Amino acid sequence: MEVSGSENSPIVIDSLVKTYRKNFPPAVHLTGRMRIGRGELFGIIGPDGAGKTTLFRMLATLVTPDSGTALIEGMDILRDYRKIRTVLGYMPGKFSLYPDLSVRENLEFFASVFGKDIDVNYGLIEDIYCRLKPFEKRKAGKLSGGMKQKLALCCSLIHSPSILFLDEPTTGVDPSSRRELWDNLAQLKASGMTIVVSTAYMDEADRCDRVGMMKAGSFLAVDSPADIISGFSRKLFSVRSDDMFRLLKDLRSIAAVDKCYTFGDSHHIILKTGIDAAPEEICRYLTVKSGHSGVVVKEIKATLEDCYMNLEER
Amino acid sequence: MIDRDKNVIEVSHLTKKFGDFTAVDDISFEVHKGEIFGFLGANGAGKTTAMRMLTGLSFPTSGKGSVAGFDVWTQSEQIKKHIGYMSQKFSLYGDLTVRDNLEIFAGIYGMKRQVASVRIEELLERLSLTGESRSVVRDLPQGWKQRLAFSVAIIHKPEIMFLDEPTGGVDPAARRQFWELIYEAVDEGITAFVTTHYMDEAEYCDRISMMVDGRIDALDSPAALKLKYGADSIADVFDILARGAKRTE
Repeated sequence: MEVSGSENSPIVIDSLVKTYRKNFPPAVHLTGRMRIGRGELFGIIGPDGAGKTTLFRMLATLVTPDSGTALIEGMDILRDYRKIRTVLGYMPGKFSLYPDLSVRENLEFFASVFGKDIDVNYGLIEDIYCRLKPFEKRKAGKLSGGMKQKLALCCSLIHSPSILFLDEPTTGVDPSSRRELWDNLAQLKASGMTIVVSTAYMDEADRCDRVGMMKAGSFLAVDSPADIISGFSRKLFSVRSDDMFRLLKDLRSIAAVDKCYTFGDSHHIILKTGIDAAPEEICRYLTVKSGHSGVVVKEIKATLEDCYMNLEER
Repeated sequence: MIDRDKNVIEVSHLTKKFGDFTAVDDISFEVHKGEIFGFLGANGAGKTTAMRMLTGLSFPTSGKGSVAGFDVWTQSEQIKKHIGYMSQKFSLYGDLTVRDNLEIFAGIYGMKRQVASVRIEELLERLSLTGESRSVVRDLPQGWKQRLAFSVAIIHKPEIMFLDEPTGGVDPAARRQFWELIYEAVDEGITAFVTTHYMDEAEYCDRISMMVDGRIDALDSPAALKLKYGADSIADVFDILARGAKRTE
């Protein structure tokens, strides 16, 4: 969803490449131009080592690319890095606040670095900070995981940036707190903020306007969740039985099955191209040939996670 | 196979207080031999404190508990020898090779040289790391390090392995691979005690418990819990129970 004209896209990435070690493949290797629109909530998903954090660091002016460039609010990440830092909020994956300072002191410190007063932009963080208020005097290092996350978000917002980067903000956070954080992000987006967030949770990726699936330094697909899902053209079945671990092995040993992976309380299978089967046939096969009981087979629509699982093995 | 007549963990009225704060509040439960037991709860519900008592790292304030047949009050050193432990922030020796790491941990657990070397070959093969046994751990991809950390945790064939958010921040494909390792270890007779924030992973457990404000408010198979709370998914069960929490982390 590009809200505004592409000329003033808040983020324009142009062929960014970064290699850390000689004779190793580049951590990030993007070709061509990519834009992220004003007010867009852009998600990045991909395995460990895909280059997500390196991309964030380059866009946040903390790591210099070997080649290529990017514009943040029209400013060059190499030349204009000082100015860029005033319009950018960055919440790194690793907890990066001062553990010996109190909640309040951390917030004051980050505000002062940007020459701001907490009160001026308090409205922006009020909804998040109200939960921290009772613990204002507690040292940041003594906060629980969910609370640290909230404080880190407040600190990355206190200078009222127009763009916010979040690198896996919900790792180690429980489901209820995760939803809270995403509700906060939705509010920030509604206020016009451009947000780029990486995550390992597909339900979170589902809440983004567009998702980039990253692997080995480049994007394999960039599209809205709905379009990624509608681009999934294979037949997909969910399968259950009373012995799920044996079922996994049995399904994989069937020649017609292309892929089989666990999916919560069921397994998902995709048949090899050119092979078709009705759910009843699969059910009968598993019951009669493999001796499973309680078999339930349904043809289902793909989720974003199914698309990811199949992208992975390309 | 799950042996319901044999318990690897037995806990009764276990409580841990820090000053006037009750982190773990009178919990009682059993973990059967051979099962995958999911230990769920919100951040701050008391999971870590409970796990520290079960792994012999801290003493309870009151209550009873035994792990792998050893008492949490008097035999914490024995407990440590008979359990495996791995967390998301696993630690390996980065500047040593894969094989060195396995040998060091086999030594720490006091395994005989002969037994250890057979076990190491077996694990290398099962984890498809044979070709990498002489590689320095630092240079390995994250997924391989994770597999190695897992093998280190089960090298001594513990009665039970504690996995503390082993898949935090791990992408969907690698999470599934990791769970298959858990399944295989359980297949060889090890009991698994797992914490996770991924509610689809809760479905892979034989039974799960839900901690709220230091108590265990629910404990059953995923299917039975969904039925009991009229929920479509474990995520919904979690929401229903977490809504009752009074503690704000």
